Amino acid sequence: MNALSPLLEVRNLSTRFVMPRGILRAVDDVSFSLGRREAVGIVGESGSGKSVTALTILRLFGPLDRVELAGEVLFEGINLLQLTESELRRVRGAQIGMVFQDPLTSLNPMISVGEQIAETLRFQRALGGAQARRKAQELMERVGIGDPARRYDDLPDRFSGGMRQRIMIAIAIACEPKLLIADEPTTALDVTVQAQVLALLNHLREESGMALIMISHDFGVVAATCDAAQVMYGGRLVERGTVADILERPNHPYTTALLQLVPRLETLAKERLKPIPGQPAPVFDSYQGCRFAERCEFALERCRQEDPPSAEVGANHSSACWLAHERMVGSARQDSMESQKKA
Amino acid sequence: MNEPERAHGHTRESADALLSVEGLEVRFALGRNRFLTAVDRVSLELREGETLGLVGESGCGKSSLGRAILQLIRPTSGKVCFLGRDLTQLSGPPLRSMRRHMQIVFQDPRGSLNPRWKVRRIVEEPLRVHHLASRRKRSGIARAMLAQVGLDETYDDQRPAQLSGGQQQRVGIARALVTHPKLVVCDEPVSSLDVSIQAQVINLLQDLKERMGVAYLFIAHNLGVVRYLSDRVAVMYLGRIVEMASSEQLFTQPLHPYTRGLLASVLRADLGARAQLNAVERFVPGDVPSLLNPPQGCRYHPRCPYAAQRCRDESPSLEKVDATTGKDHWVSCHYWREIQSAP
Repeated sequence: MNALSPLLEVRNLSTRFVMPRGILRAVDDVSFSLGRREAVGIVGESGSGKSVTALTILRLFGPLDRVELAGEVLFEGINLLQLTESELRRVRGAQIGMVFQDPLTSLNPMISVGEQIAETLRFQRALGGAQARRKAQELMERVGIGDPARRYDDLPDRFSGGMRQRIMIAIAIACEPKLLIADEPTTALDVTVQAQVLALLNHLREESGMALIMISHDFGVVAATCDAAQVMYGGRLVERGTVADILERPNHPYTTALLQLVPRLETLAKERLKPIPGQPAPVFDSYQGCRFAERCEFALERCRQEDPPSAEVGANHSSACWLAHERMVGSARQDSMESQKKA
Repeated sequence: MNEPERAHGHTRESADALLSVEGLEVRFALGRNRFLTAVDRVSLELREGETLGLVGESGCGKSSLGRAILQLIRPTSGKVCFLGRDLTQLSGPPLRSMRRHMQIVFQDPRGSLNPRWKVRRIVEEPLRVHHLASRRKRSGIARAMLAQVGLDETYDDQRPAQLSGGQQQRVGIARALVTHPKLVVCDEPVSSLDVSIQAQVINLLQDLKERMGVAYLFIAHNLGVVRYLSDRVAVMYLGRIVEMASSEQLFTQPLHPYTRGLLASVLRADLGARAQLNAVERFVPGDVPSLLNPPQGCRYHPRCPYAAQRCRDESPSLEKVDATTGKDHWVSCHYWREIQSAP
């Protein structure tokens, strides 16, 4: 593995759930890569496929889910989709850590928080009892839980939501993973606590250099923690770029609309909001065309019939929109016409 | 503010107040001699057609306050004067007859709609309960109200489970407004909705306010939404109002250290977000203390960077910032003058 190759490379990933209504295309032909130490945010509404993308990377599905996977998830060159369950268990928690939205349901209510951190260390690092305990207390200290020796034996219900999320982070980073996947880690928390937890994540990343996939519906969270951002809609990755590209030069009509949707604290305008009409619909079976076409004010006939492929709209900035293609083609045509005129 | 027993509230004599809450207290008994004071001597006023935003972290008592005003939970002391009557003194039919003038929209639209009833019946029900129209007229009035919230006839015979979250919330809003109430308590009405749907519902609430002249008590944790919708805003902390001002004043010149920390914690969706997170000392540190054992003196002092001895000993009263200019800005902090010059 050379140091310049990406840490994670997701190629043409599709996750389909077989359901009574048909085949739900939860993640649909998604490709992206993530370098070492890099942080990417995945933004979208519920049902956009952002969480399923994360779950697919680690194949964290329920026992009753009927899932069809296609594509590749290359982590340091190894395709995680090809690993057996027991091989994958050595990756989860060790190479790739994960933090979920709801710390209360992710923690076992009957086991002390210290033991839950130590358990990971015993399983993944084969540490002995006392050693694991000592390391777990160090981790508690690192994530900002004061007096860890005393709090080690407390059950999760003795901690506030923010403190529980810190414990989840301690478990996730216990084995010094190269990648942390955080799925809406602060959505259930108050804003004051959210700021503390995200500041902690940034601090830990500075120390350890682990890469991050931050899944969120909030552009503020992504702006505060990530270098790159990608926007998902209807299972598709509709736009990808740097955080600055996405926030300041959005190209896809969905991204543009999403950014203006909800009044933000820093916007003073009292103008009427411009909502996106309609609502996101799940995408079943052999859907054709842009998933956003039904709600898009710029939709062309072509948008309803053909999937728009991703087009480069800037350096490392791409948008899956026919308009982006038209614009490129249009400006190219104009250029050639102008050069012809000159000639 | 002369009377010491009104230390945590204030009264203003104004003839145009639709709702006037005085020294409201909600205590929950938790067992022998153990109480939790969710709302602690809160006073506020709401004028006709006005929107008062109520913000604060989870557990601060904002929902309890909204419900106690409507007498959905009975306050343990204090007055709620609404349309010239003190609601705390009413019960049975006289209280019920007031309910057509004061309604509520809940956070969880699905859980608050009868799953077995069809949409039109849900909206007709308040008319039937309050004997506001004959059976024949009811259906026409309900239909007109549903049209106002953007649901056409095709929805009349659907049941809540057939609707999306946004549509369910529209039904909840139609049900609340069909009796032409003077006051609607909106308890986190958009926080369970996807962002693209939130904007639709926010616009709807704003339109209905303008069309019907209803006053809202708008409870929410999303400060951007509160700023957008509210004329005035009250900030609650551990059961008490710590600051109250016009929306513009509160968001541009917050005085209470808690309000300042709260506003500093809301992440901007722009490239300043990361720097914002680095200025961690500007946040509200730590967690919300338990209401079971609230701090003595100023309840915010354990988290306040400016706390002095006086803050530990003596509970500050909610005082008017500038009596001379008539600016309607109230703050409950011993040192608000001194900290204005602090960063």
